[in-house]
Amino acid sequence: MSTIIKETGNTHNGIFPSNEVMLDLKKLKKVYPTPKGDYVVLEDLDLQIRKEEFVTIIGHSGCGKTTMLSMIAGLNAISGGHISVLGKHIKGPGPDRGVIFQAPSLMPWMTALQNVLLGVNQVFPHATKAQRNDIAKYYLQKVGLEDAFNKRASELSQGMQQRVGIARAFAIKPKVLLLDEPFGMLDSLTRGELQDILIEIWNKEKITAVMITHDVDEAIFLADRVVMMTSGPRAKIGDILDIDFERPRTRKSVLEHDDYYKYRKHLIDFLEH
Amino acid sequence: MKQSITLGKVTKFMGLGFLNTFKDLFTGKLEKEDYINFLRKSVVPLASILLFIGLWHLGAKSLYNTEAEFKIEKALKDQGPEAAEAMRACIASGDTSCQPNTLPSPSQVWTSYKSLLKDHRIIKADKLAFAEKTAALNEKRVAAGKDAITYTGRPSFVDQIFRSLRTVFAGFLLALLIAVPLGIFIGLSPTLKSSFNWFIQIFKPVSPVVWYLLVFMIVKTLLIDSNEDSSFTISFISVGLCSMWATLVNTAMGVSSVDKDYINVAKVLKLGSFQKIFKVVLPSSLPLIFTGLKITLSVAWMVLIAIELLAQSPGLGLFVWEEFQNGANDSNAKIIVAMFVIGIIGFLLDRLMLTIQNAVSFDKTDAI
Repeated sequence: MSTIIKETGNTHNGIFPSNEVMLDLKKLKKVYPTPKGDYVVLEDLDLQIRKEEFVTIIGHSGCGKTTMLSMIAGLNAISGGHISVLGKHIKGPGPDRGVIFQAPSLMPWMTALQNVLLGVNQVFPHATKAQRNDIAKYYLQKVGLEDAFNKRASELSQGMQQRVGIARAFAIKPKVLLLDEPFGMLDSLTRGELQDILIEIWNKEKITAVMITHDVDEAIFLADRVVMMTSGPRAKIGDILDIDFERPRTRKSVLEHDDYYKYRKHLIDFLEH
Repeated sequence: MKQSITLGKVTKFMGLGFLNTFKDLFTGKLEKEDYINFLRKSVVPLASILLFIGLWHLGAKSLYNTEAEFKIEKALKDQGPEAAEAMRACIASGDTSCQPNTLPSPSQVWTSYKSLLKDHRIIKADKLAFAEKTAALNEKRVAAGKDAITYTGRPSFVDQIFRSLRTVFAGFLLALLIAVPLGIFIGLSPTLKSSFNWFIQIFKPVSPVVWYLLVFMIVKTLLIDSNEDSSFTISFISVGLCSMWATLVNTAMGVSSVDKDYINVAKVLKLGSFQKIFKVVLPSSLPLIFTGLKITLSVAWMVLIAIELLAQSPGLGLFVWEEFQNGANDSNAKIIVAMFVIGIIGFLLDRLMLTIQNAVSFDKTDAI
């Protein structure tokens, strides 16, 4: 069963083809037991993310962003509340929620193609070998690695490895894409390149995406909504900012838009208070 | 990408990078750096070898003199001045019957080495002659359903080396077949880990001699009906049991400490356990498994000598022991020859493992 977000008369001008809720976080709670008593990282966290929406999450280091994301991925146990994808409560990790990790996390002994195939083989077990190869190669081409199919992951640069990570995540056609500061380790030039690649594929696939970032500009450029989290402990959603830029966007058009600095100021004001 | 294979890459891959300096000398243009490199990698080690031989020579000479003085003094005390004088003359003449028995000098060892090789050639010729002589007869015997007559003469030094290598490889294989699968299971399951931990901690430090005795007790009873010589079986099993611990511990550690990111990827993709083990866990723990195997092989080679000696299994260990018991004039020198052979083969085995490790492992950087 899926809920429909009620029109709250908010500023959002309805650019989504559907208001169906893809990802629903209800009263989410995370507690780590410590010798000095329980440490509550997240409490009463509510967030609804629509189908085909791109949401970025911003907040101070250690506020629990990554904890929340790994709970959605199913890699971290839920202490209270629940998370549902299309109305179904999640139980552990699964390929319906693709993850792009902060470190590329490729198997260094495999080639780029084998790394992508690892997921593809798992998700499309009934496809022929040639079909699975085609899927993997298609996504590697999309991220600009058509010349590196057979290169070992250990031979690729950090930026190229993360491209493979992006291809691997899209190739399994997840319902939700979770990105944990995927470009945090890259230099700013490579970061810009990868943002462009990511948004280009995303424009085609429109997979509901939740991305953590520290970078205010990145958050605005990529997102339909920027979610601001309060500092922990007991972190929750502090504020949500709708970004009303048209898609597809270019970096130039975003930077030149009248509202850009208004959005930027809003986010920075939140982070500084 | 085009991969070119050069001599330099091959030698470096096998951990024999020092050979490159020789190649550089004879090929390429030489820069100042190359000379320094040559000096550091070839001349200095060579000089240290010469220094070692020099010190050895001096030490052997002084031990020889001490032993000679002692012999002459003893003759003087027990039998009087004439006997002492006769002893002095005998030692000076180089007669084998009265030579001081002590650390042999480098030149004596070299002579023994050559005589061992000569001995090997004689035995080899002897074997060939025997095979020729019995060929016709053996054919008849085999046709009549009887066993062929085999050569039963004593083995040469080179034969002993190959027998030792055979024992070590059999033991190593046994260790590999037990320790790697067991290590994987222990590494994967915390329950198995805690139930096996005491077992590993207790048996790891047990001495090779005790392992030999244990294996002897068991194998002797198991093979009670067979007339076959069980010394080979006993020695290779003991070698395997002594040496498998490093591989067991390293495999378990490698498997249990796979990068958490890789495990997370496997979880997100919902890989089955078979896929998880063969596509993620094993490849990522290969470097540690090979480090363990390398230690295992060198331990196997080290304990082999003691175990062959106890098991009376033919090989270098038995050779050393027999030479020691023999007490002939050149026995000590032969023991030193065996020592060098053991050392050099151990070194080559280590390089062999390193080469295999480099070939199969993804991480080219941390192989040493």
